[in-house]
Amino acid sequence: MSDDTPDHNLQDPSTDLVAGDQEINRAVGSRHGMFGVKGSGDTSGYGGLVSPTVYPASTQRPYGGWFDEVADALEARLGATDLDAAIERVVVHRGEITFHVRREDLAFVAQMLRDDDDLRFEFCAGVSGVHYPEDAGRELHAVYHLLSMTHNRRIRLEVTCPDADPHIPSLVSIYPTNDWHEREAWDMFGIQFDGHPSMTRILMPDDWPGHPQRKDYPLGGIPVEYKGGTVPPPDQRRSYS
Amino acid sequence: MTTTDNQQDLYADPSETSQGKVFTVTGQDWDSIAQGLGDSADERVVVNMGPQHPSTHGVLRLILELEGETVTEARCGIGYLHTGIEKNMEFRSWVQGTTFCTRMDYLSPFFNEATYALGVERLLDIEDDVPEKAQVMRVLLMELNRISSHLVCIATGGMEIGALTVMTIGFRERELVLDLFELITGLRMNHAFIRPGGVAQDLPPGALDEIRDFIALMRKRLPEYAALCNANPIFKARLEDVGHLDLAGCLALGLSGPPLRATGYGWDLRKTQPYSGYEDYDFEVQTWDTADAYGRFRVRLNEMSESLRIVEQAADRLAGLEGAPVMVGDKKIAWPSQLAIGSDGMGNSLDHIRHIMGESMEALIHHFKLVTEGFRVPAGQAYVPIESPRGELGAHVVSDGGTRPFRAHFRDPSFTNLQATSVMSEGGMVADVIVAIASIDPVMGGVDR
Repeated sequence: MSDDTPDHNLQDPSTDLVAGDQEINRAVGSRHGMFGVKGSGDTSGYGGLVSPTVYPASTQRPYGGWFDEVADALEARLGATDLDAAIERVVVHRGEITFHVRREDLAFVAQMLRDDDDLRFEFCAGVSGVHYPEDAGRELHAVYHLLSMTHNRRIRLEVTCPDADPHIPSLVSIYPTNDWHEREAWDMFGIQFDGHPSMTRILMPDDWPGHPQRKDYPLGGIPVEYKGGTVPPPDQRRSYS
Repeated sequence: MTTTDNQQDLYADPSETSQGKVFTVTGQDWDSIAQGLGDSADERVVVNMGPQHPSTHGVLRLILELEGETVTEARCGIGYLHTGIEKNMEFRSWVQGTTFCTRMDYLSPFFNEATYALGVERLLDIEDDVPEKAQVMRVLLMELNRISSHLVCIATGGMEIGALTVMTIGFRERELVLDLFELITGLRMNHAFIRPGGVAQDLPPGALDEIRDFIALMRKRLPEYAALCNANPIFKARLEDVGHLDLAGCLALGLSGPPLRATGYGWDLRKTQPYSGYEDYDFEVQTWDTADAYGRFRVRLNEMSESLRIVEQAADRLAGLEGAPVMVGDKKIAWPSQLAIGSDGMGNSLDHIRHIMGESMEALIHHFKLVTEGFRVPAGQAYVPIESPRGELGAHVVSDGGTRPFRAHFRDPSFTNLQATSVMSEGGMVADVIVAIASIDPVMGGVDR
């Protein structure tokens, strides 16, 4: 990310880029410098560069293709139960649609996505945790990939919870396949899925401290000596990100 | 053998022995007298099978609660092969990621690489730029891989029920596929060959001839499997009605691949959501309608024949694509050199070295930047699932705009399908647990990642 980046990317990373009340773009974290060198060793002159990490913005209607049909059906059903705010935002990016769902409404939305004839997402491909340590108040994300075999469609649900209150409703009663997936997300990220029948570790040993795939958990490793040189462990090597 | 003797038998009343002649002691009210004793003598046994057990298909631990030989509860303990591949990928460049994910499900390495590469390509927005030859080579390798993976499934499944010949012939044919992999990629396993943007290398000379020889041989050998197993009474007795799971159960538990297709539902991502140009190939989705271990065996067997058809079509297309590029044209993404195996057995490219060391400083800088730093992938997330031999395999790839994956999560079908262990084996015999698990075909490297 060099100096030809449009200047709306160079704002302070903590600033939300908003238009009216509609959240459009939100910077999550930032990268500094260019060559992975920190401190006085940086003689490149690029050490002062700051580039915010901006994820794809909310998409406005029309989303295109069958995305609108799904969104319409979803909104119609949510409107009927006055839960219009259950969908926080919708992102269409690279031909995939993501519904950001308010966490307290996740179970209701998932139940509806599964049961409604127009939606009928009968297959859940599990949950994938993602840890965004700099996304204040929404550090932990749970991402669900749903598949409708009836309509041959795929959507993604994204739910967030803060580190301080890592609770997300369990979907095991709706999609039993999520049993192990939610245990894995608990094991690796420390997300507690409320209502899960047995929220225990699954891949790590039962007495393991910490949740290994969180960004604040070190990778570990030891330096390796090779032909007189020493190769540091991967997380201490120069990083160009 | 029913007893025609009408004479009253003191110990076995004929009305109670309609199943045949039974040598036992029944009658009077001894049942009720002994009942209390039977209850107090605890028949319940909790047995640990594995993690090191030849029949548990890898380092899988089964915790079985038995009553006699009947399984009343079955639970899986997994994690013995967890290697932190997903975490490790966050500390490597996007291209290096392929060398990690290829090691997850070690029986279908090309599928791991392909779903990851497809996800990265979607984020890079170069899906349409991947050259045709790379697409065809991906399909060729994936279908060869499907054959080798199904062969191992059938072979180890056979071994676990004592059908040793199925095992020996299965591994015999798999060896031929691995020889092809070695010829094309240089490695028998863990290839890291399918990379974001295309594939690592062009086909070596003579590869198409070897593939055609293999197809011709397999056309003869595959019917041998059918002749050996399909109607074999022992094989059928062990597999039929074992590990039953119908369509509703498969959907609830998220099962995909052969277990789903064995319920009669022809869901195959190669047909329903084609990727890598699968829509251009002529093949049938294989289904069976018994929803049991035997059906899954037949689905796999038939799928191998279909894969062979696809391999043949891919080989024909490759014959017309000689010299075509196998990597995207974008030099900011494509690996700068095409390596060849030298006489020392190491990959090298003398032309490329001459170019960067002797001719062009810019080429050297470009090479250095691309190899050490890697390319940047725009921020976002992608999920491009593919039909692996075991079902829906997908990589949830998240980028923060940097040169490393921010997060790569693999939805491995073995992991999900293994959840069906309980429903498939509870209420059955201990020996059938093995058959049920073998019919799921879990690969623990993929389950634990």
